[in-house]
Amino acid sequence: MFIINCPYCGERDQSEFSCGGEAHIVRPKQPTELSDGEWAEYLFMRKNIKGVQFERWNHAHGCRKWFNMVRDTSNDKIHAVYKMGEKPPVI
Amino acid sequence: MKNKYSIFSLIKNAFSQHENWKQAWGNPEPKKEYEAVIVGGGGHGLATAYYLAKKHNMKNIAVLEKGWIGGGNTGRNTTIIRSNYLWDASAGLYDHALKIWENLSQELNYNIMFSQRGVMNLAHNLQDVRDLKRRTHANRLNGIDAVWLDTKQVKEFCPIINISQDIRYPVLGGTLQRRAGTARHDAVAWGYARGADAMGVDIIQNCEVKGIKRNGDQVEGLETTKGYIKTKKIGVVAAGHSSVIANMAGLKLPLESKPLQALVSEPVKPIIDTVVMSNAVHAYVSQSDKGELVIGAGTDAYISYTQRGSHDVVEGTLKAILELYPIFSRMKMLRQWGGIVDICPDASPIISKTNIKGLYFNCGWGTGGFKATPGSGDLFAHTIANDEPHKLNAAFNLNRFVSGDLVDEHGAAAVAH
Repeated sequence: MFIINCPYCGERDQSEFSCGGEAHIVRPKQPTELSDGEWAEYLFMRKNIKGVQFERWNHAHGCRKWFNMVRDTSNDKIHAVYKMGEKPPVI
Repeated sequence: MKNKYSIFSLIKNAFSQHENWKQAWGNPEPKKEYEAVIVGGGGHGLATAYYLAKKHNMKNIAVLEKGWIGGGNTGRNTTIIRSNYLWDASAGLYDHALKIWENLSQELNYNIMFSQRGVMNLAHNLQDVRDLKRRTHANRLNGIDAVWLDTKQVKEFCPIINISQDIRYPVLGGTLQRRAGTARHDAVAWGYARGADAMGVDIIQNCEVKGIKRNGDQVEGLETTKGYIKTKKIGVVAAGHSSVIANMAGLKLPLESKPLQALVSEPVKPIIDTVVMSNAVHAYVSQSDKGELVIGAGTDAYISYTQRGSHDVVEGTLKAILELYPIFSRMKMLRQWGGIVDICPDASPIISKTNIKGLYFNCGWGTGGFKATPGSGDLFAHTIANDEPHKLNAAFNLNRFVSGDLVDEHGAAAVAH
């Protein structure tokens, strides 16, 4: 449980947000040309990092906008919050 | 087994004020090389080592545990055991475990306090009723005991349940598996540790794995906080930390690790003599032998390795508990804790070889691994010893995420994930 600084609404309780998992996984441009293995890699395989992780969040009970966040999953400390399409910060 | 426990050894030791009991397992330093190394000294890991030694005659093996044995999810779950899963593959897997549970105290010569007090799963809406009835039929076709109870029968089986039809999620019935129940979770880890130790397995605590050494696509050994250990076979049973170990070998797994919480109340006189689970409101409750209510909550909806969990999740669970059991309204909660569960996209486990030779994973048990402990150990030992899965865990391979042949127990299991 922690406070998230929504880039649109400011500081709100984490329970207002839903997590969309690992960020910056690019959807393949030609899905029909992928092998089963490549498709599984895109769809299912995750780094599931213990430590600093880049992830997507949605302010589900607020502005309902998506944004990105850099969080340390070993202690839930948030290092940065940035909007979709912005360059990820160097941590 | 050295130091066999019995009424006679109890009497004998009473004469020396119980001061001469031998240690149940040793505390060895790691050897330079092992035939196989199990990473993770929880119930599943210790059971794997036990069955490798017992059924596959592999005695030169070690279990590495970064903390103390049974200190992870084995000591943090709500101890529920059942096998009423929908799909054939899951039913086979979990009922295999349940059959071992039924004789495990005798086999290990260690009282794991297995109590077949029954597990009841409640239905709160028409879809629940349809799903749960379908599941009882599927269970019975697989030889697993299951009955459907209407609202009145639910009340008869567990009289403290509120069956008023005016509550937010009224009880419309439920299923009952009478062979299901609970066991003492610590005792399971300790019993397997003692059994494995007696057959020569080295149980090495406070030993964290820091790296996996490969030669091409074959594993060669492990870097640990207690030095380098050479081995050709590594079985990883690291629950929430499976991905961390996988990353050391350059492997990605289809897992997300999340905190799952449980809590216990102050101890009270016996009030609930079964286990009641509710999928729709995500609340389950039983009572320990000490008298504490043991309550399971849901997972946090984000990846975290903090072993804490959020307050709002507990709040939601307790709201549901209070509506179903108004009698608990003035009870105080004693302790709350979290464990890190590794969840697969299809909510089924992975007991599998990998594309790296000699590296095996037993993970993805998510919120419901405790019940499978003996079966999981048995099947994982078979997989490691033969380099091939047993027919009961063949469906739970890593390749199913490529082939698409998933074992989708998400909604079908008796509890939401």
